Amino acid sequence: MSTETLRIVWIYPDLLSTYGDRGNALILARRARQRGFPVEVHEVRSDQPLPTTADIYLIGGGEDGPQALGAQRLLADGGLHRAVAQGSVVFGVCAGYQLLGTSFFAKGTQYRGLELLDISSDRGDSRAVGELAGDIDARLGLPPLTGFENHGGRTRLGPGVSPLARVTAGVGNDGATEGAWRGKLLGTYSHGPALARNPALADLLLRWATGAQQLPPLDDTWADRLRAERRTAVAAAARP
Amino acid sequence: MSRTAAALSRAAGRGDGSVIGGWIGLKIDPDLLAHLSAGRAIALISGTNGKTTTTRLAAAAVGVLGRVATNSFGANMPTGHTSALAKAGSTPYAVLEVDEHYLAQVIEATEPHVVALLNLSRDQLDRAKEVAMMAQLWRAALVRHPDIRIIANADDPMVVWAATPPATHDQRITPPHVTWFSAGQRWHDDSWVCPECGSTIQRSGEQWWCTGCPLRRPQPQWTVDEQGVLDPTGAWYKVKLQLPGKVNIGNAATALAVAAEFGVRPFDAVPRLADVTSVAGRYAQVVRDGRTVRLLLAKNPASWLEAFDMAELAPTLLSINARDPDGLDTSWLFDVDFAPLRGRQVLITGDRAYDLAVRLDVNDVPFQHVRTFDDAVRAVPPGRLEVIANYTAFQDIRAELDRVN
Repeated sequence: MSTETLRIVWIYPDLLSTYGDRGNALILARRARQRGFPVEVHEVRSDQPLPTTADIYLIGGGEDGPQALGAQRLLADGGLHRAVAQGSVVFGVCAGYQLLGTSFFAKGTQYRGLELLDISSDRGDSRAVGELAGDIDARLGLPPLTGFENHGGRTRLGPGVSPLARVTAGVGNDGATEGAWRGKLLGTYSHGPALARNPALADLLLRWATGAQQLPPLDDTWADRLRAERRTAVAAAARP
Repeated sequence: MSRTAAALSRAAGRGDGSVIGGWIGLKIDPDLLAHLSAGRAIALISGTNGKTTTTRLAAAAVGVLGRVATNSFGANMPTGHTSALAKAGSTPYAVLEVDEHYLAQVIEATEPHVVALLNLSRDQLDRAKEVAMMAQLWRAALVRHPDIRIIANADDPMVVWAATPPATHDQRITPPHVTWFSAGQRWHDDSWVCPECGSTIQRSGEQWWCTGCPLRRPQPQWTVDEQGVLDPTGAWYKVKLQLPGKVNIGNAATALAVAAEFGVRPFDAVPRLADVTSVAGRYAQVVRDGRTVRLLLAKNPASWLEAFDMAELAPTLLSINARDPDGLDTSWLFDVDFAPLRGRQVLITGDRAYDLAVRLDVNDVPFQHVRTFDDAVRAVPPGRLEVIANYTAFQDIRAELDRVN
């Protein structure tokens, strides 16, 4: 961490907060505090300069217009690139995931992304809406991903990134892989409060940010029940 | 035939019967809604939240003048309108609640005298249109009908933008066919970006303005306080309702503004508003095993904030489903701050109680999970039990209480 306090920046909630994206900031802050880390959460609106010294940056989901505007403002600001160069953690969800790549489609036009992840996104034939599940890259040592997706884009991964997960239900990037990661940058189509259903993923981001090898376990009774319930629901839906 | 189908729908317990009859009628005659509208003075009421209640209040207010046809069961698509008008027979007036997606279509079919625009906020985004797109649709429909009187919410930037034609962005000049009301608005998270120019919208107190163009809060002609409504002439009327919360005083003000467009004086309409007790089960109170159970419907983040305002400081049951009518996605739970529930006994139930459990845990709101509504009733002491539920969860509990109205 850059300072004693864990600093979390939620990027542009005025543009990119369509589906309870606030949840990820709340969950990270709470899980850090429960481990004794002092935490500050900054909501940085799109008319404000982005701080460059935070530990974790969150980018949420949004519709086409706000996504394009958000990417333009982040490119003009340059702060996120400086933060990444200094080793900050970035977690992008849905539209926020796409705009970390080299290009994405919005409003029928190709837009330049932030080029922080080697991915590019195109428009799919149909909208992917529903439960999303997958087995996460074994190197990350996490239990399966569970979430809800709602996006029209399809994402192609370049050699500079690894897929976050192999899809077992839903679409993700292309029906085979879901999300992407490189270093301390990670993106997913599991939208909105993705960390609510994936507390181990929240802890991975916290470990990356704090440098801690391990974090004391927390009582995740409710999250575990939710994960089990969603797993059962997905399995039931898959039965012929 | 329509009437038989409606009776079947009711008998099967599948609905109030107000949709299926209209559906069959429209299949037989696609212009049926237009035919049924002809010769009536009509008000349409639309928005994300409050439209069922406001429609009921406006129908009561317009009732000062004579018989009013209305879709009082919340069947708010053209099939429901057709059914409501057919069932009412010949009436001089109609007050119709309209699903926001269908407003343009229903304006074309019914040629209303007045349209009331309440608010626009996020609601079931896995299938609904985003807020800015909805405002655009409203605006395009209203621009084609400059003769329609508009009653619109000055506190909602999306509504103000939708209500004003493109040439009159400068809100210092109110177009003559628009009347603004202010009823307060707790939810601001869908209007930080100007729908006209994309700049940031600033807020200070009740004022709001765009930092990049002339769009700003217009001066409202109808306003409210905790006790009553102030009309455009400056006269204040004490409004006594059987419905809870300041939200409903705002709905009453909107209803009075709608009725005023038909020539109804607030003085004559106000007493009638007190006759409205519950609306399709909303706000209904039922005594069960010594507990007075009150039902509050909350379908989206903005309406949850309003429900917290209405609920008394008493044990509170929250019930969440995510079936088709609710939207399949529960992400919005994180758009709601449940902190106002701290300090009271909170119980949770419903198909998606675990989503709610995780949300409340993060929100530091202690709670108890119960399997059924009856378990919840048994888990609280005799006295009041507030129930806040989303759409199908609400209907489930209403069914347990014998379809209370």
